[in-house]
Amino acid sequence: MASLRLSGLRHRLLEPVELSLESGELAFVSGPSGSGKSLLLRAIADLDPHEGEAWIGDQARSSMPAPVWRRRVGFLPAESFWWADRVGEHLPPAEPALKDWLERLGFGPETLDWSIARLSTGERQRLSLVRLLAQRPEVLLLDEPTANLDPNNRDRVESLIEGYRQDASASLLWVSHDPDQRRRLDGRSLLIRDGRLEPESWA
Amino acid sequence: MGMIHLTPWDLALAALLVLLLALMSWRLHLGVERRILIAAARSTVQLMLVGLVLKVLFAQTSLPLIGLMAMVMLSAAGFEVMQRQKRRYRGIWGYGIGAFSMFLSSFTVTVLALNLVIGVEPWYQPQYLIPLLGMLLGNTMNGVAIALENLTRQAWESRGRIEARLLAGGTWEQAIGDIRRDALRSGLIPIVNAMGSAGLVSLPGMMTGQILAGSPPLEAAKYQLLIMFLISGGTGLGSVAAVWLGSRRLFDERQRLRLDRLRTV
Repeated sequence: MASLRLSGLRHRLLEPVELSLESGELAFVSGPSGSGKSLLLRAIADLDPHEGEAWIGDQARSSMPAPVWRRRVGFLPAESFWWADRVGEHLPPAEPALKDWLERLGFGPETLDWSIARLSTGERQRLSLVRLLAQRPEVLLLDEPTANLDPNNRDRVESLIEGYRQDASASLLWVSHDPDQRRRLDGRSLLIRDGRLEPESWA
Repeated sequence: MGMIHLTPWDLALAALLVLLLALMSWRLHLGVERRILIAAARSTVQLMLVGLVLKVLFAQTSLPLIGLMAMVMLSAAGFEVMQRQKRRYRGIWGYGIGAFSMFLSSFTVTVLALNLVIGVEPWYQPQYLIPLLGMLLGNTMNGVAIALENLTRQAWESRGRIEARLLAGGTWEQAIGDIRRDALRSGLIPIVNAMGSAGLVSLPGMMTGQILAGSPPLEAAKYQLLIMFLISGGTGLGSVAAVWLGSRRLFDERQRLRLDRLRTV
Protein backbone atom coordinates (compact mmCIF):
# COMPACT_ATOMS: atom_id res chain seq x y z
CA MET A 1 0.00 0.00 0.00
CA ALA A 2 1.00 3.56 -0.63
CA SER A 3 2.58 6.12 1.62
CA LEU A 4 2.38 9.90 1.50
CA ARG A 5 5.32 12.18 0.86
CA LEU A 6 5.33 15.97 0.63
CA SER A 7 8.19 18.03 -0.72
CA GLY A 8 8.43 21.80 -0.72
CA LEU A 9 4.70 22.05 -0.23
CA ARG A 10 3.74 25.52 0.92
CA HIS A 11 0.84 27.91 1.10
CA ARG A 12 0.64 31.54 2.11
CA LEU A 13 0.89 30.85 5.88
CA LEU A 14 3.36 28.04 5.81
CA GLU A 15 7.05 27.54 5.10
CA PRO A 16 7.81 24.69 2.69
CA VAL A 17 6.84 21.37 4.27
CA GLU A 18 8.93 18.22 3.99
CA LEU A 19 6.98 15.29 5.34
CA SER A 20 6.92 11.59 4.82
CA LEU A 21 4.35 9.13 6.19
CA GLU A 22 4.78 5.37 6.00
CA SER A 23 1.83 3.35 4.85
CA GLY A 24 -0.38 2.71 7.85
CA GLU A 25 1.27 5.54 9.78
CA LEU A 26 -0.73 8.07 11.78
CA ALA A 27 0.38 11.66 12.34
CA PHE A 28 -1.49 14.36 14.20
CA VAL A 29 -1.25 18.02 13.29
CA SER A 30 -2.09 20.68 15.86
CA GLY A 31 -1.52 24.38 16.22
CA PRO A 32 -3.44 27.53 17.10
CA SER A 33 -6.49 28.30 15.00
CA GLY A 34 -5.60 30.34 11.96
CA SER A 35 -2.14 28.80 11.80
CA GLY A 36 -2.93 27.11 8.48
CA LYS A 37 -3.70 23.50 9.39
CA SER A 38 -6.78 23.31 7.19
CA LEU A 39 -4.95 25.15 4.42
CA LEU A 40 -2.22 22.53 4.57
CA LEU A 41 -4.76 19.73 4.09
CA ARG A 42 -6.46 21.69 1.29
CA ALA A 43 -3.09 22.11 -0.39
CA ILE A 44 -2.31 18.39 -0.16
CA ALA A 45 -5.74 17.62 -1.64
CA ASP A 46 -4.89 20.13 -4.40
CA LEU A 47 -7.90 22.40 -3.79
CA ASP A 48 -5.98 25.69 -3.79
CA PRO A 49 -3.14 26.94 -5.98
CA HIS A 50 0.15 26.43 -4.19
CA GLU A 51 3.73 25.36 -4.67
CA GLY A 52 5.33 22.01 -4.07
CA GLU A 53 4.83 18.39 -4.94
CA ALA A 54 3.26 15.38 -3.28
CA TRP A 55 3.65 11.66 -3.87
CA ILE A 56 1.58 8.64 -3.08
CA GLY A 57 3.99 5.74 -3.05
CA ASP A 58 6.26 6.58 -5.97
CA GLN A 59 3.59 8.31 -8.06
CA ALA A 60 3.77 12.09 -8.21
CA ARG A 61 0.60 14.08 -7.86
CA SER A 62 1.36 16.03 -11.02
CA SER A 63 1.54 12.80 -12.99
CA MET A 64 -2.11 11.94 -12.42
CA PRO A 65 -5.37 13.79 -13.08
CA ALA A 66 -6.58 15.77 -10.07
CA PRO A 67 -9.80 13.72 -9.61
CA VAL A 68 -7.77 10.51 -9.36
CA TRP A 69 -5.44 12.08 -6.79
CA ARG A 70 -8.37 13.35 -4.72
CA ARG A 71 -10.03 9.95 -4.73
CA ARG A 72 -6.85 8.24 -3.53
CA VAL A 73 -5.88 10.95 -1.05
CA GLY A 74 -9.20 11.45 0.70
CA PHE A 75 -9.78 14.76 2.48
CA LEU A 76 -12.47 15.17 5.14
CA PRO A 77 -13.08 18.91 5.65
CA ALA A 78 -14.20 20.18 9.04
CA GLU A 79 -17.58 21.15 7.64
CA SER A 80 -19.30 18.56 5.50
CA PHE A 81 -21.23 19.45 2.36
CA TRP A 82 -23.69 17.34 0.41
CA TRP A 83 -24.85 17.72 -3.15
CA ALA A 84 -27.88 15.42 -3.51
CA ASP A 85 -31.08 15.17 -1.46
CA ARG A 86 -30.67 11.81 0.27
CA VAL A 87 -27.81 10.18 2.13
CA GLY A 88 -27.84 7.08 -0.08
CA GLU A 89 -27.29 9.09 -3.27
CA HIS A 90 -23.82 10.00 -2.02
CA LEU A 91 -22.70 6.45 -1.33
CA PRO A 92 -21.84 3.62 -3.72
CA PRO A 93 -24.40 0.86 -2.99
CA ALA A 94 -21.93 -1.80 -4.12
CA GLU A 95 -19.46 -1.05 -1.29
CA PRO A 96 -19.45 -4.29 0.76
CA ALA A 97 -18.40 -2.65 4.04
CA LEU A 98 -21.04 0.08 3.86
CA LYS A 99 -23.53 -1.58 6.19
CA ASP A 100 -20.84 -2.40 8.71
CA TRP A 101 -19.42 1.14 8.72
CA LEU A 102 -22.86 2.67 9.22
CA GLU A 103 -23.57 0.24 12.04
CA ARG A 104 -20.32 1.00 13.81
CA LEU A 105 -21.26 4.69 13.83
CA GLY A 106 -24.73 3.90 15.17
CA PHE A 107 -26.71 4.13 11.92
CA GLY A 108 -29.17 1.54 10.63
CA PRO A 109 -29.62 0.66 6.94
CA GLU A 110 -32.67 2.99 6.79
CA THR A 111 -30.21 5.90 7.12
CA LEU A 112 -29.63 5.71 3.38
CA ASP A 113 -33.15 7.05 2.78
CA TRP A 114 -32.74 9.97 5.14
CA SER A 115 -32.96 13.47 3.76
CA ILE A 116 -29.74 15.47 4.08
CA ALA A 117 -31.63 18.58 5.16
CA ARG A 118 -32.82 16.85 8.31
CA LEU A 119 -29.45 15.59 9.53
CA SER A 120 -27.90 17.17 12.61
CA THR A 121 -24.36 18.56 12.44
CA GLY A 122 -22.98 15.52 14.24
CA GLU A 123 -24.83 13.12 11.96
CA ARG A 124 -23.51 14.92 8.92
CA GLN A 125 -20.00 14.74 10.26
CA ARG A 126 -20.18 11.02 10.94
CA LEU A 127 -21.88 10.22 7.64
CA SER A 128 -19.34 12.26 5.71
CA LEU A 129 -16.68 9.96 7.14
CA VAL A 130 -18.55 6.96 5.72
CA ARG A 131 -18.77 8.80 2.40
CA LEU A 132 -15.02 9.34 2.45
CA LEU A 133 -14.17 5.73 3.35
CA ALA A 134 -16.48 4.53 0.57
CA GLN A 135 -14.10 6.02 -1.99
CA ARG A 136 -11.43 3.68 -0.53
CA PRO A 137 -8.69 6.29 -0.06
CA GLU A 138 -5.12 5.15 0.45
CA VAL A 139 -4.26 8.29 2.40
CA LEU A 140 -6.67 10.11 4.74
CA LEU A 141 -6.53 13.81 5.53
CA LEU A 142 -8.87 14.45 8.44
CA ASP A 143 -9.78 17.95 9.65
CA GLU A 144 -11.08 17.55 13.19
CA PRO A 145 -13.38 14.64 12.41
CA THR A 146 -14.65 14.43 16.01
CA ALA A 147 -15.06 18.15 16.75
CA ASN A 148 -18.85 18.23 17.15
CA LEU A 149 -19.37 14.80 18.68
CA ASP A 150 -20.27 13.58 22.17
CA PRO A 151 -17.72 11.21 23.82
CA ASN A 152 -19.68 8.13 22.80
CA ASN A 153 -19.77 9.04 19.14
CA ARG A 154 -16.22 10.32 19.27
CA ASP A 155 -15.08 6.87 20.39
CA ARG A 156 -17.06 5.23 17.61
CA VAL A 157 -15.46 7.51 15.00
CA GLU A 158 -11.97 6.97 16.40
CA SER A 159 -12.39 3.21 16.36
CA LEU A 160 -13.77 3.20 12.82
CA ILE A 161 -10.87 5.31 11.55
CA GLU A 162 -8.35 3.16 13.40
CA GLY A 163 -9.95 0.02 11.98
CA TYR A 164 -9.76 1.38 8.44
CA ARG A 165 -6.15 2.46 8.90
CA GLN A 166 -5.14 -1.03 9.94
CA ASP A 167 -7.24 -2.91 7.34
CA ALA A 168 -6.21 -0.72 4.42
CA SER A 169 -2.82 0.26 5.86
CA ALA A 170 -3.74 3.81 5.00
CA SER A 171 -1.54 6.75 6.00
CA LEU A 172 -3.35 9.32 8.11
CA LEU A 173 -2.80 13.04 8.62
CA TRP A 174 -5.20 14.10 11.36
CA VAL A 175 -5.81 17.66 12.54
CA SER A 176 -6.81 17.49 16.18
CA HIS A 177 -7.02 20.02 19.01
CA ASP A 178 -7.53 17.40 21.67
CA PRO A 179 -4.30 16.35 23.49
CA ASP A 180 -6.10 13.36 25.01
CA GLN A 181 -7.05 12.15 21.58
CA ARG A 182 -3.48 12.49 20.40
CA ARG A 183 -2.30 10.44 23.38
CA ARG A 184 -5.11 7.91 23.13
CA LEU A 185 -4.37 7.03 19.54
CA ASP A 186 -0.77 6.19 19.10
CA GLY A 187 0.73 8.41 16.46
CA ARG A 188 3.33 11.02 15.65
CA SER A 189 2.52 14.54 16.75
CA LEU A 190 3.29 17.51 14.56
CA LEU A 191 2.78 21.14 15.41
CA ILE A 192 2.48 24.24 13.28
CA ARG A 193 4.35 27.03 15.02
CA ASP A 194 5.32 30.36 13.42
CA GLY A 195 4.47 29.05 10.00
CA ARG A 196 6.59 25.93 10.34
CA LEU A 197 5.50 22.32 10.65
CA GLU A 198 7.67 20.66 13.30
CA PRO A 199 7.56 17.63 15.62
CA GLU A 200 5.77 18.36 18.86
CA SER A 201 7.87 17.88 21.96
CA TRP A 202 6.09 16.55 25.00
CA ALA A 203 6.81 18.77 27.96
CA MET B 1 -52.61 51.79 -46.82
CA GLY B 2 -49.86 54.38 -46.63
CA MET B 3 -47.63 55.27 -43.77
CA ILE B 4 -48.62 58.17 -41.55
CA HIS B 5 -45.60 60.36 -40.93
CA LEU B 6 -45.09 61.58 -37.38
CA THR B 7 -44.36 65.28 -37.01
CA PRO B 8 -42.15 66.67 -34.22
CA TRP B 9 -45.38 68.07 -32.79
CA ASP B 10 -46.84 64.54 -32.48
CA LEU B 11 -43.77 63.36 -30.59
CA ALA B 12 -43.82 66.40 -28.35
CA LEU B 13 -47.37 65.55 -27.35
CA ALA B 14 -46.28 62.02 -26.39
CA ALA B 15 -43.29 63.44 -24.54
CA LEU B 16 -45.72 65.39 -22.37
CA LEU B 17 -46.61 62.06 -20.78
CA VAL B 18 -43.00 61.58 -19.72
CA LEU B 19 -42.96 65.09 -18.26
CA LEU B 20 -46.12 64.24 -16.39
CA LEU B 21 -44.47 61.11 -15.02
CA ALA B 22 -41.46 63.14 -13.86
CA LEU B 23 -43.79 65.63 -12.20
CA MET B 24 -45.55 62.80 -10.44
CA SER B 25 -42.26 61.37 -9.23
CA TRP B 26 -41.35 64.78 -7.83
CA ARG B 27 -44.74 65.26 -6.08
CA LEU B 28 -44.70 61.74 -4.60
CA HIS B 29 -41.04 61.99 -3.53
CA LEU B 30 -40.09 58.95 -5.58
CA GLY B 31 -36.75 60.54 -6.30
CA VAL B 32 -36.46 59.22 -9.84
CA GLU B 33 -37.53 62.33 -11.78
CA ARG B 34 -33.98 63.18 -12.81
CA ARG B 35 -33.36 59.66 -14.04
CA ILE B 36 -36.65 59.61 -15.96
CA LEU B 37 -35.80 62.85 -17.77
CA ILE B 38 -32.23 61.83 -18.50
CA ALA B 39 -33.32 58.44 -19.81
CA ALA B 40 -35.95 60.06 -22.02
CA ALA B 41 -33.43 62.55 -23.35
CA ARG B 42 -30.90 59.78 -23.96
CA SER B 43 -33.34 57.65 -25.89
CA THR B 44 -34.35 60.66 -28.00
CA VAL B 45 -30.79 61.50 -28.92
CA GLN B 46 -29.69 57.88 -29.41
CA LEU B 47 -32.64 56.88 -31.57
CA MET B 48 -32.43 60.01 -33.72
CA LEU B 49 -28.72 59.47 -34.23
CA VAL B 50 -29.22 55.82 -35.11
CA GLY B 51 -31.97 56.86 -37.52
CA LEU B 52 -29.53 59.22 -39.21
CA VAL B 53 -26.72 56.67 -39.27
CA LEU B 54 -29.01 54.02 -40.72
CA LYS B 55 -30.21 56.47 -43.36
CA VAL B 56 -26.63 56.97 -44.52
CA LEU B 57 -25.92 53.24 -44.23
CA PHE B 58 -28.98 52.19 -46.18
CA ALA B 59 -28.06 54.52 -49.00
CA GLN B 60 -24.68 52.83 -49.56
CA THR B 61 -24.72 49.09 -48.84
CA SER B 62 -21.02 49.21 -48.07
CA LEU B 63 -19.80 46.07 -46.26
CA PRO B 64 -17.03 47.78 -44.23
CA LEU B 65 -19.41 50.42 -42.91
CA ILE B 66 -22.03 47.81 -42.03
CA GLY B 67 -19.36 45.71 -40.32
CA LEU B 68 -18.31 48.74 -38.31
CA MET B 69 -21.88 49.37 -37.23
CA ALA B 70 -22.29 45.70 -36.25
CA MET B 71 -19.12 45.88 -34.17
CA VAL B 72 -20.33 49.00 -32.38
CA MET B 73 -23.59 47.24 -31.56
CA LEU B 74 -21.77 44.14 -30.34
CA SER B 75 -19.37 46.03 -28.11
CA ALA B 76 -22.23 47.98 -26.56
CA ALA B 77 -24.06 44.72 -25.87
CA GLY B 78 -20.92 43.18 -24.38
CA PHE B 79 -20.52 46.17 -22.12
CA GLU B 80 -24.14 45.95 -21.03
CA VAL B 81 -23.78 42.25 -20.15
CA MET B 82 -20.71 43.03 -18.06
CA GLN B 83 -22.46 45.92 -16.32
CA ARG B 84 -25.26 43.67 -15.21
CA GLN B 85 -22.98 41.18 -13.45
CA LYS B 86 -22.64 41.47 -9.71
CA ARG B 87 -19.60 39.17 -9.75
CA ARG B 88 -17.43 39.68 -12.79
CA TYR B 89 -14.60 37.61 -14.11
CA ARG B 90 -11.29 39.35 -13.62
CA GLY B 91 -9.38 40.66 -16.59
CA ILE B 92 -10.44 40.40 -20.20
CA TRP B 93 -12.82 37.55 -19.32
CA GLY B 94 -15.30 39.86 -17.63
CA TYR B 95 -16.01 41.43 -21.00
CA GLY B 96 -14.89 38.64 -23.27
CA ILE B 97 -17.11 35.74 -22.23
CA GLY B 98 -20.33 37.69 -22.78
CA ALA B 99 -19.20 39.48 -25.94
CA PHE B 100 -17.78 36.36 -27.54
CA SER B 101 -20.86 34.24 -26.90
CA MET B 102 -23.10 36.97 -28.30
CA PHE B 103 -20.88 37.34 -31.31
CA LEU B 104 -21.00 33.61 -31.90
CA SER B 105 -24.76 33.29 -31.62
CA SER B 106 -26.17 36.55 -32.97
CA PHE B 107 -23.87 36.81 -35.96
CA THR B 108 -24.28 33.18 -37.00
CA VAL B 109 -28.04 33.26 -36.70
CA THR B 110 -28.29 36.60 -38.52
CA VAL B 111 -26.09 35.47 -41.40
CA LEU B 112 -27.97 32.17 -41.66
CA ALA B 113 -31.34 33.92 -41.66
CA LEU B 114 -30.29 36.46 -44.28
CA ASN B 115 -28.90 33.83 -46.62
CA LEU B 116 -31.24 30.90 -46.15
CA VAL B 117 -34.55 32.32 -44.94
CA ILE B 118 -34.98 35.83 -46.23
CA GLY B 119 -32.66 35.45 -49.18
CA VAL B 120 -31.86 39.08 -49.91
CA GLU B 121 -29.28 40.09 -52.52
CA PRO B 122 -26.59 40.89 -51.39
CA TRP B 123 -27.05 39.19 -48.06
CA TYR B 124 -25.63 42.13 -46.13
CA GLN B 125 -28.27 44.58 -47.30
CA PRO B 126 -28.33 46.89 -44.27
CA GLN B 127 -32.08 47.41 -44.27
CA TYR B 128 -32.42 43.76 -43.25
CA LEU B 129 -29.14 43.05 -41.54
CA ILE B 130 -29.03 45.86 -39.00
CA PRO B 131 -32.54 45.53 -37.53
CA LEU B 132 -32.27 41.75 -37.46
CA LEU B 133 -28.91 41.84 -35.75
CA GLY B 134 -30.21 44.44 -33.30
CA MET B 135 -33.18 42.30 -32.33
CA LEU B 136 -30.97 39.27 -31.90
CA LEU B 137 -28.28 41.06 -29.93
CA GLY B 138 -30.80 42.71 -27.65
CA ASN B 139 -32.47 39.45 -26.73
CA THR B 140 -29.35 37.31 -26.62
CA MET B 141 -27.90 39.94 -24.35
CA ASN B 142 -30.70 39.34 -21.85
CA GLY B 143 -30.30 35.59 -21.93
CA VAL B 144 -26.51 35.70 -21.64
CA ALA B 145 -26.57 38.26 -18.82
CA ILE B 146 -29.11 36.30 -16.78
CA ALA B 147 -27.39 32.96 -17.35
CA LEU B 148 -23.93 34.28 -16.42
CA GLU B 149 -25.22 36.10 -13.36
CA ASN B 150 -26.91 32.89 -12.24
CA LEU B 151 -23.80 30.81 -12.83
CA THR B 152 -21.43 33.03 -10.88
CA ARG B 153 -23.88 33.67 -8.03
CA GLN B 154 -24.58 29.98 -7.51
CA ALA B 155 -20.93 28.98 -7.81
CA TRP B 156 -20.08 31.62 -5.21
CA GLU B 157 -22.75 30.41 -2.82
CA SER B 158 -22.14 26.69 -3.34
CA ARG B 159 -18.40 26.56 -2.93
CA GLY B 160 -18.60 23.85 -0.24
CA ARG B 161 -20.88 21.67 -2.32
CA ILE B 162 -18.76 22.01 -5.45
CA GLU B 163 -15.57 21.21 -3.56
CA ALA B 164 -17.25 18.24 -1.87
CA ARG B 165 -17.86 16.76 -5.32
CA LEU B 166 -14.28 17.46 -6.37
CA LEU B 167 -13.02 15.78 -3.20
CA ALA B 168 -15.18 12.75 -3.94
CA GLY B 169 -13.11 12.36 -7.11
CA GLY B 170 -15.53 14.15 -9.43
CA THR B 171 -14.39 16.10 -12.48
CA TRP B 172 -15.04 19.83 -12.73
CA GLU B 173 -17.92 19.15 -15.08
CA GLN B 174 -19.60 16.83 -12.59
CA ALA B 175 -18.95 19.28 -9.79
CA ILE B 176 -20.62 22.24 -11.54
CA GLY B 177 -23.11 20.22 -13.63
CA ASP B 178 -26.35 21.01 -11.85
CA ILE B 179 -25.45 24.66 -11.38
CA ARG B 180 -24.67 24.89 -15.07
CA ARG B 181 -28.02 23.38 -16.04
CA ASP B 182 -29.81 25.74 -13.69
CA ALA B 183 -28.03 28.81 -15.07
CA LEU B 184 -28.82 27.78 -18.62
CA ARG B 185 -32.47 27.23 -17.82
CA SER B 186 -32.75 30.67 -16.26
CA GLY B 187 -31.26 32.24 -19.38
CA LEU B 188 -33.82 30.55 -21.62
CA ILE B 189 -36.93 31.27 -19.55
CA PRO B 190 -37.57 34.86 -20.77
CA ILE B 191 -37.70 33.94 -24.45
CA VAL B 192 -39.76 30.80 -23.80
CA ASN B 193 -42.24 32.90 -21.83
CA ALA B 194 -42.29 35.54 -24.55
CA MET B 195 -43.08 32.90 -27.19
CA GLY B 196 -45.81 31.41 -25.02
CA SER B 197 -47.63 34.66 -24.42
CA ALA B 198 -47.01 36.34 -27.78
CA GLY B 199 -50.20 37.66 -29.31
CA LEU B 200 -52.39 36.79 -26.35
CA VAL B 201 -51.14 39.29 -23.84
CA SER B 202 -49.25 41.75 -25.94
CA LEU B 203 -48.40 42.31 -29.53
CA PRO B 204 -44.61 42.10 -29.75
CA GLY B 205 -42.88 45.40 -30.37
CA MET B 206 -41.67 44.69 -33.86
CA MET B 207 -45.04 43.54 -35.08
CA THR B 208 -46.69 46.56 -33.55
CA GLY B 209 -44.22 48.83 -35.27
CA GLN B 210 -44.81 47.18 -38.63
CA ILE B 211 -48.57 47.39 -38.31
CA LEU B 212 -48.40 51.03 -37.28
CA ALA B 213 -46.14 51.71 -40.23
CA GLY B 214 -48.80 50.26 -42.55
CA SER B 215 -47.92 46.60 -43.18
CA PRO B 216 -50.72 44.02 -43.50
CA PRO B 217 -51.13 42.34 -40.07
CA LEU B 218 -50.60 38.82 -41.38
CA GLU B 219 -47.29 39.80 -43.01
CA ALA B 220 -46.24 41.48 -39.77
CA ALA B 221 -47.18 38.34 -37.85
CA LYS B 222 -45.07 36.18 -40.14
CA TYR B 223 -42.06 38.43 -39.69
CA GLN B 224 -42.59 38.44 -35.96
CA LEU B 225 -42.64 34.63 -35.95
CA LEU B 226 -39.45 34.49 -37.91
CA ILE B 227 -37.81 36.89 -35.48
CA MET B 228 -39.00 34.95 -32.45
CA PHE B 229 -37.66 31.68 -33.77
CA LEU B 230 -34.35 33.28 -34.63
CA ILE B 231 -34.20 34.93 -31.24
CA SER B 232 -34.86 31.72 -29.36
CA GLY B 233 -32.18 29.93 -31.38
CA GLY B 234 -29.75 32.79 -30.84
CA THR B 235 -30.47 33.12 -27.14
CA GLY B 236 -30.08 29.39 -26.63
CA LEU B 237 -26.81 29.24 -28.51
CA GLY B 238 -25.47 32.35 -26.77
CA SER B 239 -26.41 31.14 -23.29
CA VAL B 240 -24.88 27.72 -23.90
CA ALA B 241 -21.63 29.30 -25.08
CA ALA B 242 -21.51 31.79 -22.19
CA VAL B 243 -22.28 29.20 -19.52
CA TRP B 244 -19.78 26.74 -20.96
CA LEU B 245 -16.98 29.31 -21.18
CA GLY B 246 -17.90 30.82 -17.83
CA SER B 247 -17.97 27.52 -15.97
CA ARG B 248 -14.73 26.39 -17.58
CA ARG B 249 -13.08 29.59 -16.42
CA LEU B 250 -14.14 28.87 -12.82
CA PHE B 251 -11.76 25.90 -12.76
CA ASP B 252 -8.06 25.69 -13.52
CA GLU B 253 -5.95 22.98 -15.13
CA ARG B 254 -5.86 20.99 -11.86
CA GLN B 255 -9.65 21.19 -11.67
CA ARG B 256 -9.66 23.46 -8.64
CA LEU B 257 -12.58 25.81 -8.07
CA ARG B 258 -11.10 29.27 -8.59
CA LEU B 259 -13.53 31.78 -7.12
CA ASP B 260 -10.61 34.20 -6.91
CA ARG B 261 -11.10 34.68 -10.64
CA LEU B 262 -14.29 36.56 -9.81
CA ARG B 263 -14.49 39.96 -8.21
CA THR B 264 -17.49 41.48 -6.55
CA VAL B 265 -18.57 44.93 -7.68
